[in-house]
Amino acid sequence: MRYAMAVDTRKCVGCSDCVVACQTENNVPIGFCRDWVVEVIDGTYPQLEIELRSERCNHCDNAPCVRCCPTGASHIVEGGVVLVKPNKCIGCGACIASCPYDARFPHPKGYVDKCTFCIHRVREGMKPACVAVCPTKCMYFGDLEDPNSDVSVVLKKRKYKTLIPEAGTKPQLYFLI
Amino acid sequence: MNEELIISGRENLMVDPQLHIWHWPIPLYLFLGGLAAGVLFFAALYYLMGKEEQYRTAVRRVPFIAPIALVLGLAALFYDLNHKAFFWQLYTTIRLESPMSWGAWTLLVITIASFIWCALHIREFFPKWDWKYRWLKDLESFFNRYKKPLAWVMLIFAIITGVYTGILLSAFNARPLWNTSVLGPLFLASGLSAGAAAIVLSSKNREERLLFTKIDLIILGTELFLIIHMFMGFLASTQVQIEAAQLFLGGPYTMVFWIFVVILGIIIPGVLDLMELGGRHIPALIPGVLVLMGSFAFRFVFVFAGQVSRWLY
Repeated sequence: MRYAMAVDTRKCVGCSDCVVACQTENNVPIGFCRDWVVEVIDGTYPQLEIELRSERCNHCDNAPCVRCCPTGASHIVEGGVVLVKPNKCIGCGACIASCPYDARFPHPKGYVDKCTFCIHRVREGMKPACVAVCPTKCMYFGDLEDPNSDVSVVLKKRKYKTLIPEAGTKPQLYFLI
Repeated sequence: MNEELIISGRENLMVDPQLHIWHWPIPLYLFLGGLAAGVLFFAALYYLMGKEEQYRTAVRRVPFIAPIALVLGLAALFYDLNHKAFFWQLYTTIRLESPMSWGAWTLLVITIASFIWCALHIREFFPKWDWKYRWLKDLESFFNRYKKPLAWVMLIFAIITGVYTGILLSAFNARPLWNTSVLGPLFLASGLSAGAAAIVLSSKNREERLLFTKIDLIILGTELFLIIHMFMGFLASTQVQIEAAQLFLGGPYTMVFWIFVVILGIIIPGVLDLMELGGRHIPALIPGVLVLMGSFAFRFVFVFAGQVSRWLY
């Protein structure tokens, strides 16, 4: 099993509903976010292109945060999902510094917090909160090893990219372009 | 001209607009750890070479800096943890993939070894010292019998500690400035030069002072070479590392790096060391303090600038 997510940069309107849904679902402390929207404007005026990306933890196959964690608090569960055990985390910040996507942050309670791919919902057969709530249905989630999953189907049809693959992390968040 | 504008909705504390997860305690600890490593390295080395009497200060007196520096450094590390009540989780596992994990164990070993070494030489400072309890006296004679293996442990773990402070940073490919393998030897050299400077500052024996001035000069030269080497590596590397080097070549950290680390911390004390060896009398205080300050500034600049350097996507 290999969980992954695809985000359609052509359908996304940048409404940030995914951000609010995540904050509500996961009780993210005020002022913090586990997912966020990035807007990239490229070109020379008036020929401009806008790319909108709903970003979060890439649940990398080669996760530097899991490698550098001194206590094993950062760990990988089914489907390659990267999680943090709060009662094993000492809050040293090594994983935060090791993430090229800056996807982690220190929770005000001290441990490190991040996107969980809503594994608690996925285990009950639901989609992650951000995917479920998206008004343009621009996000796809599923198992890459299942050829019929939403994410496998859309990745077969469309062109896509990942973020800084040259960092060697093997990210599992795909952006349809 | 083609331009790219990136706007992010993320505003996480200590992560945005640029990473600031490690504050002043981390470079302070890296400096103290490096200094302790340098001091213990020379103590163990000259003890094992059988020159304990000749270089008394280096072998018997200066090592007292080490346990103090290590305890202060560990306190600084602890202070910068966000989830302090769980710090003991560090010592429930050894993860070789994580420099912080094996580094924590190395620190434990070197701290204990430094305390034992100082306990064996406590009469240098308190000639009438008495351990009072029988088991403490037994322990002292036990370690006196095995002083050679203890010195070997100190020597090896001092090198590991010195290198580890650099490897800790170089293991992060997410921060291009840190991601260079030169950092391990560079931090070791910086720690050793701080240790040699501490010996020059403390010793009253001219022969000993001259020896460690010579050693300091060689290490300072090595450091300068490694710094040039590091920049050559950066500038010949990928765009992110070229940009990381620019932080010091015209960017916001240029002045503080070249003035405090290179000129005041390496070149001027190096020249003063040369003059001292050439027969002029230079007060040991000046090059010694400059080297210590340079070593200190080096870690501050590197820890902070490294957190600014990043991948853009």
